[in-house]
Amino acid sequence: MEAAAARVVRCGGSELSLRRAVFSADSRYLLCVSGDFVKVYSTATEECVHVLQGHRDLVTGIQLNPNNHLQLYSCSFDGTIKLWDYLDGILIKTFTVGHKLHALFTHARAEDSVFVTINKEKPDVFQLVSVPLPRTPRQDAEAGEPRLVLDCISPSPKCVAFGGQGDYVAAVRDFYLSVYFFRKKATSRFTLSSSENRKHAKNNFTCVACHPKEDCIATGHKDGKIRLWRGFDDERKYTYTCLHWHHDLVMDLAFSATGSSLLSGGRESVLVEWRDAAEKTKEFLPRLGATIEHIAVAPAGDLLCTSHADNKIIVIGRNLEACAVIQGLVRDSSVLTGLMVDPRTKALVLNGKPGHLQFYSLQSDKQLYNLDIVQQEYINDCGLVQIELTKAAFGCFGAWLATVEQRQEKEGELELQMKLWAYNKKTQGFLLNTKVSAPHEDRVTALCFRSADKSDVPTLVTASRDGRFKVWVLADDSDIYRKAEGWTCDFVGSYHKYQATNCCFSEDGSLLAVSFEETVTIWESDTWELRCTFCQRAGRVRHLCFGRLTCSKYLLGATESGTLCCWNLLSCALEWSTKLGVSVMEPDPRSEHVAAVARSSGGSDLFVFKPSEPRPLYVQRSICSEEVRWGVFVPRDVPEALASEALQWLNRSQFYFLTASQSLLTFSSKSPEEKLTPTSKQLLAEESLPATPFYFLLGRHRQQRGEQADGAADGERVQLPTTEGVPAVSELLHTPAHVLPSAAFLCSLFINSLLLATEAPSAEETPEDAEMEEEGERDSSEEEDAAPEQAQQAGLPDGGDGGDEAEALQQQLSKCAEKELRKLRRVDYSWVAVP
Amino acid sequence: MAGYKPVAIQTYPILGEKITQDTLYWNNYKPPYNYAVTASSRIHIYGRYSQEPIKTFSRFKDTAYCATYRQDGRLLVAGSEDGGVQLFDITGRAPLRQFEGHTKAVHTVDFTADKYHVVSGADDYTVKLWDIPNSKEILTFKEHSDYVRCGCASRLNPDLFVTGSYDHTVKMFDTRTNKSVVSVEHGQPVESVLLFPSGGLLVSAGGRYVKVWDMLKGGQLLVSLKNHHKTVTCLCLSSSGQRLLSGSLDRKVKVYSTTSYKVVHSFDYAASILSLALAHEDETIVVGMTNGILSVKHRKSEAKKDSLPRRRRPAYRTFIKGKNYIRQKDDILINRPSKKHLELYDRDLKNFRISKALDRVLEPSCTIKTPEVTVSIIKELSRRGVLANALAGRDEKEISRVLNFLIRNLSQPRFASVLINAAEIVIDIYLPVIGQSPVVDKKFLLLQGLVEKEIDYQKELLETMGMMGMLFATMTRKESTPASDGLLENKRIEF
Repeated sequence: MEAAAARVVRCGGSELSLRRAVFSADSRYLLCVSGDFVKVYSTATEECVHVLQGHRDLVTGIQLNPNNHLQLYSCSFDGTIKLWDYLDGILIKTFTVGHKLHALFTHARAEDSVFVTINKEKPDVFQLVSVPLPRTPRQDAEAGEPRLVLDCISPSPKCVAFGGQGDYVAAVRDFYLSVYFFRKKATSRFTLSSSENRKHAKNNFTCVACHPKEDCIATGHKDGKIRLWRGFDDERKYTYTCLHWHHDLVMDLAFSATGSSLLSGGRESVLVEWRDAAEKTKEFLPRLGATIEHIAVAPAGDLLCTSHADNKIIVIGRNLEACAVIQGLVRDSSVLTGLMVDPRTKALVLNGKPGHLQFYSLQSDKQLYNLDIVQQEYINDCGLVQIELTKAAFGCFGAWLATVEQRQEKEGELELQMKLWAYNKKTQGFLLNTKVSAPHEDRVTALCFRSADKSDVPTLVTASRDGRFKVWVLADDSDIYRKAEGWTCDFVGSYHKYQATNCCFSEDGSLLAVSFEETVTIWESDTWELRCTFCQRAGRVRHLCFGRLTCSKYLLGATESGTLCCWNLLSCALEWSTKLGVSVMEPDPRSEHVAAVARSSGGSDLFVFKPSEPRPLYVQRSICSEEVRWGVFVPRDVPEALASEALQWLNRSQFYFLTASQSLLTFSSKSPEEKLTPTSKQLLAEESLPATPFYFLLGRHRQQRGEQADGAADGERVQLPTTEGVPAVSELLHTPAHVLPSAAFLCSLFINSLLLATEAPSAEETPEDAEMEEEGERDSSEEEDAAPEQAQQAGLPDGGDGGDEAEALQQQLSKCAEKELRKLRRVDYSWVAVP
Repeated sequence: MAGYKPVAIQTYPILGEKITQDTLYWNNYKPPYNYAVTASSRIHIYGRYSQEPIKTFSRFKDTAYCATYRQDGRLLVAGSEDGGVQLFDITGRAPLRQFEGHTKAVHTVDFTADKYHVVSGADDYTVKLWDIPNSKEILTFKEHSDYVRCGCASRLNPDLFVTGSYDHTVKMFDTRTNKSVVSVEHGQPVESVLLFPSGGLLVSAGGRYVKVWDMLKGGQLLVSLKNHHKTVTCLCLSSSGQRLLSGSLDRKVKVYSTTSYKVVHSFDYAASILSLALAHEDETIVVGMTNGILSVKHRKSEAKKDSLPRRRRPAYRTFIKGKNYIRQKDDILINRPSKKHLELYDRDLKNFRISKALDRVLEPSCTIKTPEVTVSIIKELSRRGVLANALAGRDEKEISRVLNFLIRNLSQPRFASVLINAAEIVIDIYLPVIGQSPVVDKKFLLLQGLVEKEIDYQKELLETMGMMGMLFATMTRKESTPASDGLLENKRIEF
């Protein structure tokens, strides 16, 4: 069991906006931290071109090497500074410092040393130190002894800034600004009044930036003011001017590359550009979607980017026009909707931006799109009660989406709205069909569609804390003027005025289970009649689900007091029950398996079982240290054949789960795969072509030539036949021996299938090839299909006796296998080529 | 990035009648002009616009029935209680022809399609065909076994006509065969029949039913309509043939769509309706009622509003400029998003001018016509947490405007939750200055009275609910079986 245990892996969705992003010197790439990795994005295509992997803990800072702008320094909590070649994604050097590193700074004057923030003694005393990096040819090196520059600084890299010429470094914390001059080796300190009166109560510094050319420091403050400090080399003669537009704290400041304008952003999610550092001449870029966390400016001066609280980076042109958006998994503070899978796109669906549902592609770790559910202007202000999207469900094979949103300002004043969205094939999106205001008198606790055939009327059930569950059906609302359909309430049910906590349809849609606190009621879905009730007196029912496929006669319920019960619906009796404090219970839609995650002292444990047997199939202790909030099975496109008996449950679907700290994890039985596909490499090569007007004239010819060349190269490439992928072989190995024909008959078939690759050069295409080439392959393979057939038809009349006939049969069989193989390959590759 | 999203105006389902094209069309009649017809043995002819009879034919000895114009409008024929049928020239006064032959009252007469014959049906169970030029009886049909009270000649074929009788049948006669060719069983005494202009469909009315028959299929019942709750007395087709009208003793005229046979509009009258007619182009609808009143409604003419001098708009070619440009192969297409039009209050909200936005929606033109817009803006302001700021700092005139709106709409259940919150804020803000303005004080007292009245009302309702709950509880106990106790109870409560 131990050997077969699946590894828990983090599958994307790490925070992109933890630190300022860094532009490459030519503004073509944007580098940003992402969990333990550094990601390299193309600013033109928004594609991730490289992932720099190597750190073993959170990456906390990245800076370009000031001496070689094709190299990148990164530092991490694991105490190392790494030097990368980010264009090729190669690790060049690793320097070990030994302390937890919180931030990294470089500047051109200090040639062979970098500056890092560490905390030495006490947990909240941070120091800025300079670390000399030795020049050694070895890959791994010990960094030199750190030298103290500034003591008692803030751990945030926004609170430290280096002067343009590298003469001084400015750091802010609480109510003071300290400036260290490298030449004088002295520190000046400027303190703002922090008296208790209201006027100065919010004078705290939040961020600092230095002018690239002049001696000028800009600081942002908690009350929304920006102060520009000049003449700070004398502690008595300094002056400052004030700029005020933000009404909440200033999150980040940045000077443009030439220093002609100052950029600031805050919670208002408006980027403000102060031209010539004057109050009068400011420009705005409003409605950026979420709080601006960081602002970074390209060294070339043509681009800037803002990092946002919703895990998004917006690349903005010089004329304040957004030109690219890099969006990761939005990490909302509370994922109320849970995890869902869109049946059409197989994308993971969960709460995204406030009032939005995000569709997140698990394969490419990229957000596909956001569906605006609330459709109202979002006012980003602290202390406001926003409309929350609390429940969502997909129904009828993705044709319908139901969402519930609520807003509760005071006790008893609940605004509830249920919306039903129809999938529109023409626009490939969801369109609002029906809006129901106040569907229930209290919060909606559960929402589920009836999974039924296409002929049935779409049916939705909502359960609410007001003690009722309602059945909604799609009704024809058309008259002589137009055709229309809308949802109406069909039935209202309750059980002794208990709060309805959960609802769930059986797989065939014939039964509805609704739990009312401690009791589970079963309703006939045709007549809405109460069939039977189950009550275990073991606390409120928290999770409820029916078994699938062969286990469809079982109903599972998990209660708050830590009991997992399984009822048999045919005998209406308890089949088995066990003590298990289940926090997540999810059935696999493709098999009978049910995954339950329980909280224990060492973290969360996973149990996979079939409802028919009380014994778990697979147990993995402490899958993560924190509580698991939500889980979901995502069906695989192609069933995987996992060798291990214990991991059979991962064959058809993959289990994803979301923890309390919003990290999305999954199980993997393989070693981490290479994420970078050749398509993105190709992309990289193409991008090196400058986009001049000549490109539009000449680029196309060049592209065409390139394609031809590629095609030629593919033809020449020779690949050894692999035995794993050939269906004839796998069929041979997996069919029981007693049903197989004689070995003499199979032998030639087997050999033929192995020889296939040399016969048909087209079959050795790698799956990563572009679509164009695949078209070519299809054509050539079809030609080949035709050729042997003709030959065979010509040959058939010649052979008279039985032996020849058998041979012909064999040939035919192998040809069939060949055809099937090609078909299979096409199917397999298509999904690679489409995204 | 994403543009400004306008405030979502909460829409409420309109209870009662839906507003459709049909209701607008049929509602477009001016108020009715009611006046009495004095003599029962006279035929009055009224002008299109004047309300006075312009001509009267009074050569009847007894009650006259069923005056009918010929298609060209030059001849008029009418039956009478004494069994006579008289033909008039519109310009003359004395009858042109008199057809004698019926022994009892003639209730229906009509011209055939060739204009030279008259069909009449009488209470002596017979249907006769008359020749106009020599005023002779051509044919007599004696197939009905009860009073013949209605009839209609085909507009296309001069030989065909239908009659409906109290013997529950509608018969179609062909003058070439001397007998009925089709007979359909209506089921009730037939009060009115109507042939569609195409002649393929027949509509009959009798009892509470209006039935449509397909004559081309040999009298197959197409649809049976039961929309009145008393006997249907008269039928009429609109001039376009798209709508069918039926009048009934239940004082209603219903308008049906002839494609779906669904009721699209309904008129209410003061008394039971006996007869109904529509003028050309549906300009006038005339209804005769049992209380002796004739109701005439003229339809308002449409699209006469162009008389106002309009601002000169850009020429048509300005708008289509570049629209029909065909994209060349090497062109790079740049899509410019179309400009979104924002309401004035949205423009204010976009720029965070909250007080101004509130002022805009508190204008009387908005509060009276579209109170839901005002309420939605108040809701939006409270969502943004700035409602108190927007309501504060108003002078006497402005605050009385707010109070007026609250008084008018506070008790409406759809607005109550939002407005109660707003009223609380208003009271909180303006409590210190109370007593300074008699106008505002009066409004506050009015509001107080309103709230008290509402509380009393709610109390009464709760009492009633309690009583009803008790009644239901006793009823369910009698019926219920122990297994489905909970369910039955629910079904009752949810009614």
